[in-house]
Amino acid sequence: MAHEHAAAHDDHHQAPTGLMRWIKTTNHKDIGTLYLIFSAVMFFVGGAMAMVIRAELFKPGMQFVDPSFFNSMTTVHALAMIFGAVMPAWVGLANWMIPLQIGAPDMALPRMNNFSFWILPFAFTLLLIGFFVPGGAPAGGWTLYPPLVLQGGDSLPMAIFAVHLMGASSIMGVINVIVTIMNMRAPGMTLLRMPLFVWTWLITAYLLIAVMPVLAGAVTMLLTDHFFGTSFFSAAGGGDPVMFQHIFWFFGHPEVYILILPAFGIVSEIIPTFSRKPLFGYEAMVYASASIAFLSFIVWAHHMFTVGMPLAGQMFFMLSTMLIAIPTGVKVFNWCATLWRGSLTFETPMLFALAFLFLFTCGGFSGLMLAIVPADFQYHDTYFVVAHFHYVLVPGAVFAIMAGVYYWMPKWTGHMYDEKLGKWHFWLSAIFVNVLFFPQHFLGLAGMPRRIPDYSTQFADWNMVSSLGAFGFGLSQLLFPYIIWKCVKGGAPAPARAWEGAHGLEWEVPSPAPHHTWDEAPSMAVIARGAEH
Amino acid sequence: MATSHAPSHADNGKYYVPHDTQWPIIGSVALFTLMLGVVSYLNEWAGGWAFIPGAAILAFMFFGWFGTVIDENERGMYNLAVDRSFRMGMIWFIFSEIMFFAAFFGALFYARTLSVPWIGGEGVKVFNKIFLWPEFNAGWPSNGPAQLSPRENGSFEVIPAFGLPAINTLILLTSGVTITIAHHALKAGNRAMLNVFLAATFLLGFLFVGLQATEYMEAYQHYGLQLGTGIYGSTFFMLTGFHGLHVTIGAIMLTVIWLRTMKGHFTPTRHFGFEAVAWYWHFVDVVWLGLFVFVYWI
Repeated sequence: MAHEHAAAHDDHHQAPTGLMRWIKTTNHKDIGTLYLIFSAVMFFVGGAMAMVIRAELFKPGMQFVDPSFFNSMTTVHALAMIFGAVMPAWVGLANWMIPLQIGAPDMALPRMNNFSFWILPFAFTLLLIGFFVPGGAPAGGWTLYPPLVLQGGDSLPMAIFAVHLMGASSIMGVINVIVTIMNMRAPGMTLLRMPLFVWTWLITAYLLIAVMPVLAGAVTMLLTDHFFGTSFFSAAGGGDPVMFQHIFWFFGHPEVYILILPAFGIVSEIIPTFSRKPLFGYEAMVYASASIAFLSFIVWAHHMFTVGMPLAGQMFFMLSTMLIAIPTGVKVFNWCATLWRGSLTFETPMLFALAFLFLFTCGGFSGLMLAIVPADFQYHDTYFVVAHFHYVLVPGAVFAIMAGVYYWMPKWTGHMYDEKLGKWHFWLSAIFVNVLFFPQHFLGLAGMPRRIPDYSTQFADWNMVSSLGAFGFGLSQLLFPYIIWKCVKGGAPAPARAWEGAHGLEWEVPSPAPHHTWDEAPSMAVIARGAEH
Repeated sequence: MATSHAPSHADNGKYYVPHDTQWPIIGSVALFTLMLGVVSYLNEWAGGWAFIPGAAILAFMFFGWFGTVIDENERGMYNLAVDRSFRMGMIWFIFSEIMFFAAFFGALFYARTLSVPWIGGEGVKVFNKIFLWPEFNAGWPSNGPAQLSPRENGSFEVIPAFGLPAINTLILLTSGVTITIAHHALKAGNRAMLNVFLAATFLLGFLFVGLQATEYMEAYQHYGLQLGTGIYGSTFFMLTGFHGLHVTIGAIMLTVIWLRTMKGHFTPTRHFGFEAVAWYWHFVDVVWLGLFVFVYWI
């Protein structure tokens, strides 16, 4: 029937309604929304675990939970936040924004796009039901180091298969991102006209597809060592537990750039918008991102200086790690130069982006300290490390996600969010995040080890401060879903170009963005107008 | 590939965006059921039957999903831009597979050049030799200082490279030639030759898997070489095992493609399905060459 054929191309059809719409959808905006909702749920699940950790550490001695459960909390908190909250948030933002920003009708492989999302809730179900099996949830740390992790209970294979499923989801998700960017750009959207969010995501996607399979291999070796008698990580059979650390961190270090590169992209969109100036050094930003990605493959062993490594290896990994400061410095310089003599306004997205600029840089500097081998011998496995990576991940990646959500929320919902509440959310977050994590630097330098439920009394004061900051930060995050819900329900109508200084193709379509956009590719003039970086 | 003017909208018709699909959620349920089944088996909550429900749903999903795509393709709903998306998708999928094997090759190289010599007391690890394992003679192949082996005396032998593995190498390389001949025949419109050489390719593939199974039985029964035979057995069986699994999957895919050519699918100019499987086949071929050189030969 001729009509049937035409129906497949019909863009004005009635989408399925109710739950089935969300389960069967192939629309990049729907899938983006699903990813973002999932990410928010995992953010609060992982956040609740962080609250348990900080409650237990509020004062010395054992208060609420037993040590094994405490270890499960730190382990699953990390897995939930990394693989459940931050990565899905990036994929959600990529789904929503990349087709809009490059003038594509949808993601390149829409059915696979649905698959890569719907694997995730099942993966995390598998991980979280580990709490209810004999032995409890995995408690060996998110890095899953053998031999400790191999001593876990029945939840070990669950965690391993959950990681496999998350990896499969990520690989399918990033194949989609790469193919969409390489194949679906509107005519005239050249590579060096792409917004930086698209660029950083493209680079992130290459990182992910190179390292996720390596993680799958590493956890597969754990599985066979535990259940099938292989000796990969057992010296008795000629293997080496340190080998796991090498394979894991070959994944793990690029992974931290996977978590932060899209943040660079978002901040590079927001700072020019609210400075009403083009981004300073657009091409330098692209090359700096690519350099960071390249370097991320040759620095992994700086996570394991203390395991015993030849001196030449220590030197190599120390110096290559320090090299990363150069492209990162280029980025920070360019953001500052963009602000310089700009016509600045301080709406919520800009506030989060500026906090990112200061606090991520702070986290970057403590990273430089950790890169120095003899200093790292002191800092390794202390709260200084905890402070460092939380500075780059919370006021780094998470703040950038929040900045992106506030920035694009008018485009998604068609309403302006409540600016006053947004500012409250920002200031509470920005203050409490420092109360929470800054004292952890002092604790670490004073020698408090990470991943322990009890500590010596000299650490009591700063732990109490840190815990108070944690409760404040956790409570202030409850504002976030309320602000989003309020914005979805109503608010001042948002124009197509929701921000005065915004450029890019996403601002050329109406707000809220229609279910299908760029069915006809944007014209050259529209692309040129959007590409005024 | 990355031209500045990606003509996604330009060529014949619009980019096909399917409206809704049930296959991914069925696939997700399948994977979850399968994983839960494997977990139940490993934790001894259930027997081997626990694999069956997930595997069955997964197979159903594959038939349904690929069936839908083949049907849409035959109805001409995919323009060249969609074709290009599929091509790029397959290339990057194969790249991810290469990185999966890289993890196991990395483990092999690490064990051979670092961990085994260290256990034997090389360099600054000299105290290992003095205090821990004075008896251990670090060489390759190794099953470690505990001499893990099914034999009483802790010995084992390796499969000689220039026996069955060399024959298997010839078989896979020949299959690489036959699939190329089949591809040329497809492009020349010579369907009879296409069918014959494609059939030859997957038959060679299954022959390889059969011979590999024979080799495994030999290793287990006569060589003292098992999965638990220290680091050599671990790397040997995990590398060749995952490769054999990929050959099996590739041969099944080739069989499906062959059935499709028998039904008259594919044209001399449009045959992405064929090419994707051919790429995959070359990929398992190249991985085998790495295995032959680094696992069996040197």
